[in-house]
This record gives sequence, C-alpha cells and structure tokens, in this order.
Amino acid sequence: MLRYAARRICLALVILLTVMIAMYAMVFLIPGDPASLALGPRATPELKALLVQRMGLDQPILTQIWLFLRNAAMGDLGYDVWSQRPVLELILEFFPKTLVLGITTLLWALVLGILLGAAAVVWRGTLTDRLLGLLSVSFISIPSFVIAIYLILVFAVWLRWLPAIGAGNPGDPLSQIRALVLPAFALGIGWVGYLARLVRASLLEVMGETYIRTARAFGLSERRVVFRYALRVAIIPTIALLAVGLGSILSSAVFVEAVFSRPGIGTLMTGAVSNRNYPVVMGCVLFMTAFYLFVVTAADLLIARLDPRVRDAFRR
Amino acid sequence: MSEAVLNVEDLALSYPGGVQALRGVSLQVRPGEVLGIAGESGCGKSTLASAMISLLSSGAEITGGAVYLRGENLMALSERDRRRLRGREIAMVFQDPLTAFNPVLRIGEQLVDFQVNAEGSSREKRRRAAAMLSKVGLEPDLALSRFPHELSGGMRQRAAIAAALLMRPAVLIADEPTTALDVTMEAQIIHLLRELQAEVGCAIVIVTHHLGVIAELCDRVAVMYAGEVVEVAPVDDLYHDPLHPYTRALLSCDPSALVEHTGHLPTIGGRLPDLADPPPGCAFAPRCPLASESCATPPPRVRPAPAREVLCHKVAP
Repeated sequence: MLRYAARRICLALVILLTVMIAMYAMVFLIPGDPASLALGPRATPELKALLVQRMGLDQPILTQIWLFLRNAAMGDLGYDVWSQRPVLELILEFFPKTLVLGITTLLWALVLGILLGAAAVVWRGTLTDRLLGLLSVSFISIPSFVIAIYLILVFAVWLRWLPAIGAGNPGDPLSQIRALVLPAFALGIGWVGYLARLVRASLLEVMGETYIRTARAFGLSERRVVFRYALRVAIIPTIALLAVGLGSILSSAVFVEAVFSRPGIGTLMTGAVSNRNYPVVMGCVLFMTAFYLFVVTAADLLIARLDPRVRDAFRR
Repeated sequence: MSEAVLNVEDLALSYPGGVQALRGVSLQVRPGEVLGIAGESGCGKSTLASAMISLLSSGAEITGGAVYLRGENLMALSERDRRRLRGREIAMVFQDPLTAFNPVLRIGEQLVDFQVNAEGSSREKRRRAAAMLSKVGLEPDLALSRFPHELSGGMRQRAAIAAALLMRPAVLIADEPTTALDVTMEAQIIHLLRELQAEVGCAIVIVTHHLGVIAELCDRVAVMYAGEVVEVAPVDDLYHDPLHPYTRALLSCDPSALVEHTGHLPTIGGRLPDLADPPPGCAFAPRCPLASESCATPPPRVRPAPAREVLCHKVAP
C-alpha cells in the first residue's frame, strides 16, 4: 500500500510539473507584452523596464520557467499586477468559496444519484426505470449555466425565495446557505444524471454475480444483499469518477459563479483573464491543477483501500 | 421408504421464450442420503438444483408442481418465509468458487453474515465459522481474515462448503462443486464432502456431469435428459445394469470406462431436442438405438425393482 501510494504521488508530481511548463510556454506565446498591457499606453519606458525586471521578463524563457517553478515550490506565486497583493493570498481567499460550492454540489448529487440509480435497479424494466433513464439523460444534456439562468428567473425573480446573486453575508450562515442552494443545484443536476446512470449500470452488472446468489442462498434480506453485497462493489467505479467529477465541477463552477456573480476562484480567474493579469491566471491554473491532482490521487488511494484486489495488484 | 426431507413433485419450469427447462420432475431426497443428478449440459440439472432452494434466475417461471422441504411447500411460501429456511434447512455450494464469495468482504465477515438465520451473537457466529473452517481443513484464524482472492480455488471451495454447513442444514445442494477444480483437488473435495456428510448427517444433492464423482460419493443417482428424470437407481445398480438407453449411452461415453485404446472418444449422436417445442413422445427417441413407433407416445414410468424407476417404453416392468 505504501509503495503504491508513493508511486501515485510521484506520478502526480510529474503531471504537475508538465502542466506548469506547458502553461508557462502558452502564456509566453500569447502575443503582446504583459508589462505594457499591465501598465497601459501612457507608461514611461523606465516604469516599464522596472516592471519587466520585477516580473522577470528580461530573463531567457528557460530561466523564467525555472524561477517560476522554484518560487511556486516555495509558495510564492507572484503578485497581482493591479492590487500588488500576493497571488497565493488571493487564491486562498477565493478558493474556499468555490470548494464549498463544489463539495456541496458533489454531495447532494452523489446522494441523489446513488438513490436514483439503485431505484432504477430495484424497479428495473418498469416504467419507473425508463422514466428515470429519460430524466437522467435530460439532466446530463442541459448545460449548467442554462439551468442557472432559469433557476434565477423562477426562484429568485418570480418566486423571490432565494437570492439571485452573491455568496451571502459574511458571518451569517443562514444567508450563506440560502445563497448556496441555486448554484449548487445548477452545478449538480447534470451529475445526478451521470451518477444515476453509472450506479445503475454497475449495480446491474454486480447483481448478476454469483456472490449475490450466494448471499441470497443464505437467506440474506434483499436490502442487505443490495446495500452490503452489491453496492459496495458497484460503488468502486463511481468513486474513481467522483474525483474526475470534482475537477470538472470546479471548472464548470467558473460559469455558474459568473451567472450568479458569486465570488470564487472562477470569478477571480475570468476577471484576471480579461485584464491580462497573468500572475493571477497562472497562479489560479497552477493551484487548480495541483488541487485536482491531489483529489484524483486521493481517490485512487481510497479505491485501493476499498478494493483489496486493486491493492494487491499493485503490491506485486 | 423413509419420509423424504426434500420432495420435488411433478415440477415444471420454463424460461423466457417458452423453453421448458423442467418437464414434470419428481424426485425424493431422503434424510442423510447422497443423491447424484447426472446428465449432459442443458438437460436441466442446474435449474433443478436452483429450484430446490427456490432461487430461480430472473425470468424463470414455475409452471406446475411443487417442492416440499420437510413437508412445507416452498412454492407456496412468501419470499420472506423462504429466506428464513435458507442456510438453516437447506444450503447450496456453487460451481465456481472464484466468484462465490464477495470480493470486497473478508471470508470471516461473510461467514458471519451467512448465519442470518442462526441464533447467537456475532462473536458466537464467528466462533462457529472458525470451527467449521478447521473442519474443512483450513487454518481458521488465517482464513477468517482473508479476502476471497487471497485463497486458492481449492481453499475457496472448502470455505464455500464450510459456509454451507455452518448451520447444519438438512439438505446441502452442491451444483457442480468440483467442475472448476483440478483432479487432485476434486478428489480432496469429494473426500471432504463424504466425511462431513457422515458427521453432519445432512442429505446431499450433488449435480454433476462427472460420472466418477457420482460413483465415488452417491447412494442413488437420478439421470436427467431434456428436462425430465429418465432413470433413478441405487448407484451400483445404475453402473452395473443401466436400464434406460440414455443412461447406457451416457455411461459408455465416460472416458474412464474405456478399456481399449481408441482413436476417438465415444459420443451420443444427435443433439438435445428443442425444449421450446419438445416432442410429445420420448425425448430421447431420435437418438435412441432401440426407438420404434411406440416411442412417439409419452413413455411410461416403469418400476422394474423397488428402488428403481425408468421412463421408457422398452423396459419391462
């Protein structure tokens, strides 16, 4: 298990390094000089030279990448061109809000998705099963920002039940929770569909296994058979997907945060891109990549923990 | 005849598409006896085994008859009442020990779970599981904490047999318990089953196409063909004096019965009839060397000796 963990973590670090180099190269290739864009057309050459020097843009590209990596490794992601605040500080301020949104989304989608998937298996072949299938596919195919706009229209504008924008008042948990409902719903509804389909498929496969017959042959109740003997095995592919899911949820959070004007890493990043605030853009991308890799690696380790067969396959 | 512990009466079962997998099967299992069910693939022997524990695969439908376990009609019971009998009165060992256990639960956890119908705390159940595991020749403390994939095929089948005997059921159904094992393992498992049967005193119904297993283990044999029991006989009588033409053909196909070196293995010509539309007469007639015109009508059930039954026109009562 330890060796497996070490290998997974090394792999994650290699991916992170590759992403950072590729990203730096892409930013470097964008036409335009970041320093003059940041300072505007009326900047003096001296001021520009100073900024270029401070951003390290006068160095050769490889040196720049090296410096960026070295600083990033020490937790220094540079400074926001506009506010002069450290990028890491900005990210740490905005990211928790996005993370709360992402995790809330994932949790409710997971609970509902598994329940719907299991329900489709319990009533397989009936009208309920077919309706659930239709519903799931519709959930999957509607983009989250479209749902977001209609949610605002119905629940915030017409019914006035929930706030349309923002993340709630600081220090007021109730208003924060109320502000979370619509974004989390918009973001998660597609995942409910995905998870329901996935759980249904893998549960159906597992229910055909001999060990399910064995459990039944000893008189275990159907509920125990489904939840202890089948779901435990059927859930394994779902966990692998969840990690990827959190990644894609965080990236679609960019749209949802924009629609709901909700502060978060998505709004931070879109703002920085339109302002050509490169240190912030790079810091955000780097941070999100690192976070994503962390989650995927953690999920792999969790699967190894849940499925002894995987654990042993890597031990050998 | 002593009172049967398991009594199958005129059981008919069909699968989707109208395939009549069992066509009026009647069979009694007496307390403590070992009954073999033999026949070629597709003759309905595994279906009969699942019907005996009323664990049918989806789509299968009982179209007639009944199965009585200690006098209770399984087909008339609610699913809940049927569950209550499983493991305690009747248990099953499956063919493939590789997939018989859940891969993500330890053997110990599963053996405890399997005793849902038994009295006692889970610690007691664990102790009972350990005792039974050592009886089947496994190191109990080791086996309890293992995951199924950490055991070899033979060890898993031993564990499966231990699981089935945990509650000392009256009947043990073994569906091809040695088919997935190699020859040495097969001999060991047969030996183990015999030993445990003597100790626990349960009746065993063993489904197999391996005639050697039947000769080794069984007291009586039922030979099935095309969803019917065509011959029932004590094992010695069946081997020395097979009466049904199909039994005779089956026995002569056993490679271990060959005396001389031959270039090819003996086979029965032709194939099983289409069970979606079975012939009205004897199902074996098209492949039978003795078939005559009378075989186009349903064959009589003949009792040539007190303990024997044959379904054939050509056998004199």
